[in-house]
Amino acid sequence: MPVSDPVLEAVGALKVFPGVTALDHISFALGQGEVHALVGENGAGKSTLIKVLTGVYRLDAGEVRYRGERMDFTSPLQAQRAGIATIYQEVNLVPQMSVARNLFLGREPRGRLGLIDFAEMRRRASEILHGYGIRPDVRRPLGSLGLGSQQMVALARAVQADAQVVIMDEPTSSLEPREVDRLFHTIADLKAQGRSVIYVSHRLEELYRICDHVTVLRDGRLVHTGPLAELERLRLISLMLGRDLQQVASEGLTRFGGRDHARDAPAVLSATGLDREHVLNGVSLALRPGEIVGLGGLLGSGRSETAKAIAGALPLDSGQVTVEGRAVPSGSVGAAIRAGINLLPEDRKAEGIVPTLSVRENIVLAALPRLSRAGIVSEAAVDRVVETFMSRLRIKAAGPGQRAGELSGGNQQKVLLARWLAMNPKVLLLDEPTRGIDVGAKAEVQALIDDLAAEGLAVLLISSDLEELVEGSERVVVLRDGAVAGELSGDDVTEEKIMAAIAGKSDD
Amino acid sequence: MTETTVVTDAPSKGPSGRAGTIAWLQRYGVYAAVATLFVFNAAFTPHFLAADNFRTQLVQVTPIVIVALGMALVIGTEGIDLSVGSVMALAASLTALYLGYGAPAAIAMAIAGGALVGAAAGALVAVVGVQPIVATLALLVGVRGLANVLLPQLREFSNPTLVALGSDSVAGVPIVVLVAVALIVAVAFLVRRTTFGRQLVAIGGNRAASRLAGLPVRRVLLSVYVLSGVLAAIAGTLATSRLQASDPTSLGLFMELSAITAVVVGGTPLTGGRVRVLGTVMGALLMQLLQATLIKHNLPQSWTQMAQAAIILAAVYAARERR
Amino acid sequence: MTTQTARPAPSATSAPTSRERAGRLFQRHGALVVLGALLVVGTLGFDAFTTPANLGNIATASSFLAIIAIGMTFVVISGGIDLSVGSLFVLGGVLAAYGSRHGAVVALALPLAVCGAFGLVQGLIIARTRMAPFIVTLTGLLGARGLMLSMTDEGATTYLVEDKVFAGIGQGALFEIGYPFFIMLVILAAAAILLQRTGFGQNVYAIGGNEDAAALMGVPVARTKIMVYLMSGLLAGLAGALNAARLSSGVTILGIGLELDVIAAVVIGGTLLTGGAGGLGGTIAGALLLGVIQNLINQIPGLSSSFQQVVSGAFLAIVVITHRVLGGIRQQDT
Repeated sequence: MPVSDPVLEAVGALKVFPGVTALDHISFALGQGEVHALVGENGAGKSTLIKVLTGVYRLDAGEVRYRGERMDFTSPLQAQRAGIATIYQEVNLVPQMSVARNLFLGREPRGRLGLIDFAEMRRRASEILHGYGIRPDVRRPLGSLGLGSQQMVALARAVQADAQVVIMDEPTSSLEPREVDRLFHTIADLKAQGRSVIYVSHRLEELYRICDHVTVLRDGRLVHTGPLAELERLRLISLMLGRDLQQVASEGLTRFGGRDHARDAPAVLSATGLDREHVLNGVSLALRPGEIVGLGGLLGSGRSETAKAIAGALPLDSGQVTVEGRAVPSGSVGAAIRAGINLLPEDRKAEGIVPTLSVRENIVLAALPRLSRAGIVSEAAVDRVVETFMSRLRIKAAGPGQRAGELSGGNQQKVLLARWLAMNPKVLLLDEPTRGIDVGAKAEVQALIDDLAAEGLAVLLISSDLEELVEGSERVVVLRDGAVAGELSGDDVTEEKIMAAIAGKSDD
Repeated sequence: MTETTVVTDAPSKGPSGRAGTIAWLQRYGVYAAVATLFVFNAAFTPHFLAADNFRTQLVQVTPIVIVALGMALVIGTEGIDLSVGSVMALAASLTALYLGYGAPAAIAMAIAGGALVGAAAGALVAVVGVQPIVATLALLVGVRGLANVLLPQLREFSNPTLVALGSDSVAGVPIVVLVAVALIVAVAFLVRRTTFGRQLVAIGGNRAASRLAGLPVRRVLLSVYVLSGVLAAIAGTLATSRLQASDPTSLGLFMELSAITAVVVGGTPLTGGRVRVLGTVMGALLMQLLQATLIKHNLPQSWTQMAQAAIILAAVYAARERR
Repeated sequence: MTTQTARPAPSATSAPTSRERAGRLFQRHGALVVLGALLVVGTLGFDAFTTPANLGNIATASSFLAIIAIGMTFVVISGGIDLSVGSLFVLGGVLAAYGSRHGAVVALALPLAVCGAFGLVQGLIIARTRMAPFIVTLTGLLGARGLMLSMTDEGATTYLVEDKVFAGIGQGALFEIGYPFFIMLVILAAAAILLQRTGFGQNVYAIGGNEDAAALMGVPVARTKIMVYLMSGLLAGLAGALNAARLSSGVTILGIGLELDVIAAVVIGGTLLTGGAGGLGGTIAGALLLGVIQNLINQIPGLSSSFQQVVSGAFLAIVVITHRVLGGIRQQDT
């Protein structure tokens, strides 16, 4: 379905990396004033396509056309100067510099002698940002702002640079609903001004809310492009997954079994009155063996912080955690681990995987002391553990010796799960266990969590994906502003009720 | 362990020729370079293969090897220890000051001094959270001054035990070389086979992940710097015993640079997460051979430094972007 | 650092705490305050301290370090480090003395050209190959020292400054303060404008703060890096030349470990080695502070000059600890 007047195009784009064809002769066209969704699983080629369009990568064959002319961008800067701006998932600005300086870097207003006029810069920065609905002190370091505001600054910067095409990569992944609304409002404005937007997101409902067109990639190939409204949601999912429709329909969108594992046992873990200034305000919750409890709430509601506090990774002002009735000293990761509490952190790369070490070393990282005698590691014991979990979790690696940094996100996540399972835990705290991993691996991880619970493990599941939360959990504890805002169980565990609990008394 | 490591380092993503070569060079280049220089000298340098010359070369390289072992551990944790040269000087001062109580007491004091400086560096890095380069820079400056304040000028000594330590041999092998070999074996064992060694490397590879995995990050970091301080103090004591004089003004000057060079040339990345013990030893040997070659062929000392510079650049260039 | 950007603590959006403010104040003005305090101590404690001759002496003696530290400040704010400056300082002095037989112009141009070339090459390597600045400039240190030694017969030859005009630049004084101090002030003023009021300065802060982001924001990262190392090399060479003019010879044994004093001055001045923050005022205060410490220790009878190193080292340690305790809360790697 050719777009009538494409502003940005890729024609027959081919990009090959060693061992992988990242883009296999893909053609893509973005119309003027259009919001175009770009979707696909991880590894489908979305990021590569974006990088090709913005001059980060150069094509092996094919071409990029911008306003009808062939372009050979050799750097993101060139693309940006031509009017193609990208807003990345992690805000790509300079946190130490002030908001105003970030907004104007490279285009600072000049005063006498061509020197930068800071008063003017601050005045204009405030003015511009008010237009985006935020009113920060523009002299403060950007890093002191919330993520949503930072993203708005990034967007304002792009628009300020007169971008004709704005590419947004998962822009809402860390935004609150209020901020999402503001963002969508801004996108509508951009559209009204005749600017075009490429919108990358995994959140389907958002795509249907704001996108006109959709392009679906899979394994580096183009599988569909056309108006989004004509494409049913299930059909879209099946295109992305390459699975057929019936399968998606019958299996649901997640792989959770959704039955009751909870036994009528006393709580294995109970946390009471977790308190930390500005972060947690008297959070209490309990987990029974074999139970998956969801922890819902917005970003910044204290979800990750609750998990970290229970795992001893966040010092508490007050509050107590007990495992099987015995108190766990707070503020010590080691003590929590010895008590059987294990945390799968949200940020896999930064806080989970040791990329330089092998899969083998990563799996036994936490268990090393128990696989050692007098401080000397027993290689035989290590091998046994590694073999067991690599086959049980079906970790796909060239071998136990492959470097963990080279694995796909899903397999890295499995390595981390193996790390904790090797500890024979009683309680697993899973912070966004399926975020950023491809759909196949996601289903495997979900099924695995289910199995673990069935075996009697108590699981705390944190997810911003409501669907996952609802299908995975038997109970859901909802947090708001660092406090428990509600607890749902049984038939009450629905997306609507969770959202209601999140919204709660939010207007007072 | 050994088997899987071999698997690890075979480039898994289909080695394209050039990347494969660079990876090979990074790992084994230092061995190849040492071998080349060795063969060159055997062929063209008179008396190179004489036992005497051999002994001299080995004795001369021991301080660098011992200091570099500690440096390799520190660099494995993504740190750096600039204070090692000053610690050697401090060890020299302490040895001289306590020699009156006998050689063992003097050596013990020197090593304790090194441990103390290491503990200070470790505390700054692990507890206060200061960048290693700054923390150990402060100690480099301060400890050198302290060594000079304690012993304002060179002091010669004739304590028989200490002199023997520096100049005697057992079965033709100098004692200092034996000590170095023992330390190499000990550190290699520490890195490969102990929990501490594995944890050290993991902490270098990803600090936050190690912390969340329950590793005793602070304790390990602290211990690593203490080890580095102790090793530097041992090197300082051995060098002093060989000189038969304590020289806090010039002993160990630029040692941090030589040690870092040996570590880097030996294939340990500055980004941490890996320690190559044997490579480090080879790196030190390479620098020593290079210097000896230039001297034996009557080339100026200044060439050594320029050649050293070129070799470091090449080694780091080969190591870059392998992550 | 990454954690700080990725996930600001909820409290981060609220007003800065008093501790944060104290941290920032200390970082910006700590060196200046301590410098003031030491001046008072010196005045009260030592009669010979506050004489114009002594103060002028401190100012003149500190200006070489300060000139190099100005270049280093740019490098450190950009997220790098330059270990070669000590060697370049010596090399610059030798080259200036060597060149002085052909007149003052050559005496100045030769060290600037050679040391600038060193800086330029280091910058090119750092910017193009993305090798760690620490290592690249370490090789620069060795290379420059090697070159200096091979020029001087392994350090045995000392060239004398033979041009009166050139020697005058280093030896002349105004109000008992040597010309090098005023030259330093001029450089400082130019550098301050460059750093604070031009796009180049913004770029230096930006690449030190977040290099990848800076690149995506259109900052010419490679060019900026090359520039800062070029500047650092030029300033080290200039300081060496001025020093040679002052001493009337290209002394080959000075400057060992000078890079460490320079870095100490920059860090004491509040510029973080993590890059992206800092300023020139603190650096100058830091350089003067080191000069005052040295001067005071020389005034105390019975204290050897090596005691100065102990004090400098201890002071550096105290400064970084205070930075961490007061200001580093948000950067903790949890």
